[in-house]
Amino acid sequence: MKSFYFILFASVILFACSSDEGGGTTIPTDTFDRTAMLTHWANDIIKPNYVSMSTKSQHLQGKINVFTQDPKPINLVAVRSSFKDAYKQFQHVSMFEIGKAEELRLRNNVNTYPTDVAGIKANIENGSVNLNLSSEIDTQGFPAIEYLLYGVGSTDDEIIAFYTTHANATKNKAYLNQLGTRLHSLINEVNQDWQGNYANTFIANSGTSASSSVNKIANDYMFYYEKALRAGKVGIPAGVFSNEPLPNHVECLYEGASGRDMLLEALTASKDFFNGSGGLSFAGYLNHLDVKRNGKSLATIINNQFDVATTQIKTLPNSLKTEVENNNTNMLTTYDELQKNVVYLKVDMMQALNISIDYVDADGD
Amino acid sequence: MKSLKDYFCQYDKAAPLAVFRICFGLLMFLSMARFWVNGWIKKLYIEPNFHFSYLGFEWVKPIGNWTYLIFAICALSALLVMLGWRYRVAIIVFFLSFTYIELMDKTTYLNHYYFISIMSFLLIFLPANVAYSFDAKRNKKLQSDYVPRFSIDVIKALMCLVYFYAGLAKLNSDWLVKAQPLKTWLATKVNLPIIGQFMEQDWLAYTFSYAGAAYDLLIPFFLLYKPSRKIAFLAVIVFHVLTRILFPIGMFPFIMIVSALIFFSPEFHEKLLSFFRIKTREVVKKQLPVLQNRFRAYKKIALPVIAALLVSQLLLPWRYLGYPEELFWTEEGFRFSWRVMLMEKAGYAQFTVVDHETKKKFAVDNSDFLTPFQEKQMSFQPDFILEYAHFLHDHFEKQGVKEPEVYVESYVALNGRLSQPYINSEVNLAAQKRGFHHKDFILPFNDTIHGL
Repeated sequence: MKSFYFILFASVILFACSSDEGGGTTIPTDTFDRTAMLTHWANDIIKPNYVSMSTKSQHLQGKINVFTQDPKPINLVAVRSSFKDAYKQFQHVSMFEIGKAEELRLRNNVNTYPTDVAGIKANIENGSVNLNLSSEIDTQGFPAIEYLLYGVGSTDDEIIAFYTTHANATKNKAYLNQLGTRLHSLINEVNQDWQGNYANTFIANSGTSASSSVNKIANDYMFYYEKALRAGKVGIPAGVFSNEPLPNHVECLYEGASGRDMLLEALTASKDFFNGSGGLSFAGYLNHLDVKRNGKSLATIINNQFDVATTQIKTLPNSLKTEVENNNTNMLTTYDELQKNVVYLKVDMMQALNISIDYVDADGD
Repeated sequence: MKSLKDYFCQYDKAAPLAVFRICFGLLMFLSMARFWVNGWIKKLYIEPNFHFSYLGFEWVKPIGNWTYLIFAICALSALLVMLGWRYRVAIIVFFLSFTYIELMDKTTYLNHYYFISIMSFLLIFLPANVAYSFDAKRNKKLQSDYVPRFSIDVIKALMCLVYFYAGLAKLNSDWLVKAQPLKTWLATKVNLPIIGQFMEQDWLAYTFSYAGAAYDLLIPFFLLYKPSRKIAFLAVIVFHVLTRILFPIGMFPFIMIVSALIFFSPEFHEKLLSFFRIKTREVVKKQLPVLQNRFRAYKKIALPVIAALLVSQLLLPWRYLGYPEELFWTEEGFRFSWRVMLMEKAGYAQFTVVDHETKKKFAVDNSDFLTPFQEKQMSFQPDFILEYAHFLHDHFEKQGVKEPEVYVESYVALNGRLSQPYINSEVNLAAQKRGFHHKDFILPFNDTIHGL
């Protein structure tokens, strides 16, 4: 009986120890340092990109203000330039839908397209709208601002008239201002959170559980690449998910000249994050674990595919809408090349890094 | 033949069976409660719009919020099994409700859930309530200090079978030569105290692979053999605790550890029961004629059922031999065979629906119909892919697509190999029949895994 008690005691102790992983234990130097990777991600990639994002959205807000106070061509040029600058920067933070960004559903609020023109008109007419409502995600953000800066008239004069001689000019200006303020306040809230305590929380959550930072970022990254980049920017407008191509579903529909650049920017940002911009990264992790497939490093296989997709995107014209309408095969080819890395990233990389696709906690055998 | 007949006339103290019943009931109750508390009933059975069914069990579905009632019934019956109060009804209700739950959606299939279903079915036919139970307290006629020896041994037999088959399944080249999938799974567990620093090392993956296979193959014999029993039980604890630390394995380690107590002597179990102040009335000395009378009718019913169960369990894992191609790749005959932790398999499946008349086509966003968990499980299992394709056919036909054709472009990666095309993307899956026949729309594996 004594041995029974011993065994009982021993197993209770063991189970007590086994209930969850030890989060903050020190890791020997020769194993991959997840904390160092998270630190690099937070301090060298995510935070600087959000600082820049916040600066640019603030700049945009300011330029909107200047333009609405004095709607003249030179101010329109300035606000548009600021708009493109901020929109481009957004392609570098959109994938980090974690923490405050996740809580605020930043990507949905800031970049849902096509924008709802009828909804925007109704909101302007109403004079006051609560943009926090989830029903309002397609009447705000970059695409709505883009519409107001590029789409409310067919010439610059007509657009300026929308804010000057138009019967609703005052309300039009107010709505544009409201969108600018809202955009910056959302982005800034996320930025402040990263500059504050969130970075530490993020780095400290260095374990391997489903809700650990590495797992969550990997899932967010994957979701972004698959849904927002591959499908949103290319697949949906090219008609992959519908019976007909949907040329009006491209990003930068009204601006008309930057769709390809935004796509390229987004893909570059994805590739850079995969490679870690000179620090620890998914690619580094894969190489550390010596993950080889058919004799080749998996990181190389993925990078080669990123390069193929980049080359393919460069064959697209500035306006993706034109390409969907006139040469959609090329859009579909682009989709296929982007798709190949969905498989390599989502299946091969996630498997090699032992990251569950969804962070649902469930039993296994 | 005579000795076999003698064997079925042997009797042993009822204590081991009672301990098993009490522990089983308690652990099942806790499992159900844990499932509920974790919110998994909602997440796995109520939220999804679509459920993957086993062939022939398409009628077994979650019943909305009433699904909670099934779990409540299951948990309650587990408690009654523990108490031994109206045991026979309770264990039948438990078996039916638990099995119903498992049949609702095969996405959640786990070998250890299957083990519970089989074990609870077996328990229906065991006299586990004749002592240390409320039934025995209420009904003197039912009470007995002794039970037929085979009714205890059959639990051991089932345990041995599970372990041994799990061990046999590990005798393949991926496990023994490449140390896969353990190499993949262990490499990221560096945060564990003490052992974490070795997790990226190849030798550790090989050690665990060989030790795991040896454990599964040998532990039945060491548990059966009295002189090695104590040390074997210690090995049981160490092994299952280790798996609990390394993998998200839920209640299974507890269940196996507690079940392994059955190998100990009746005296041990009596001490255990008296330690926990669980008592039964002593009625008779061991009188063979009385016992023969007492259990005659029981044996007539139980023995054939138990024999059939054991034979089916012995044969079922071999059914994969009836299929061509690689078992791990096609998974035809994979389930219900104690093939545990053998594969790191993941996939990606992009479905396209084509209107037969207009030839217009569009891709399907799986997240419109499946939860992430379902999508993950679906994307590397051919029977899931086919069932989902049929669902898409029916769904889009209702949406107005004429004679929808369903195609899939899919990739699967298995045990450290690069992902490769999985299902023939030229085949209209809507026109393929579900069934136990070989699915020839699965593309070749282009590799060989040697062994069982």
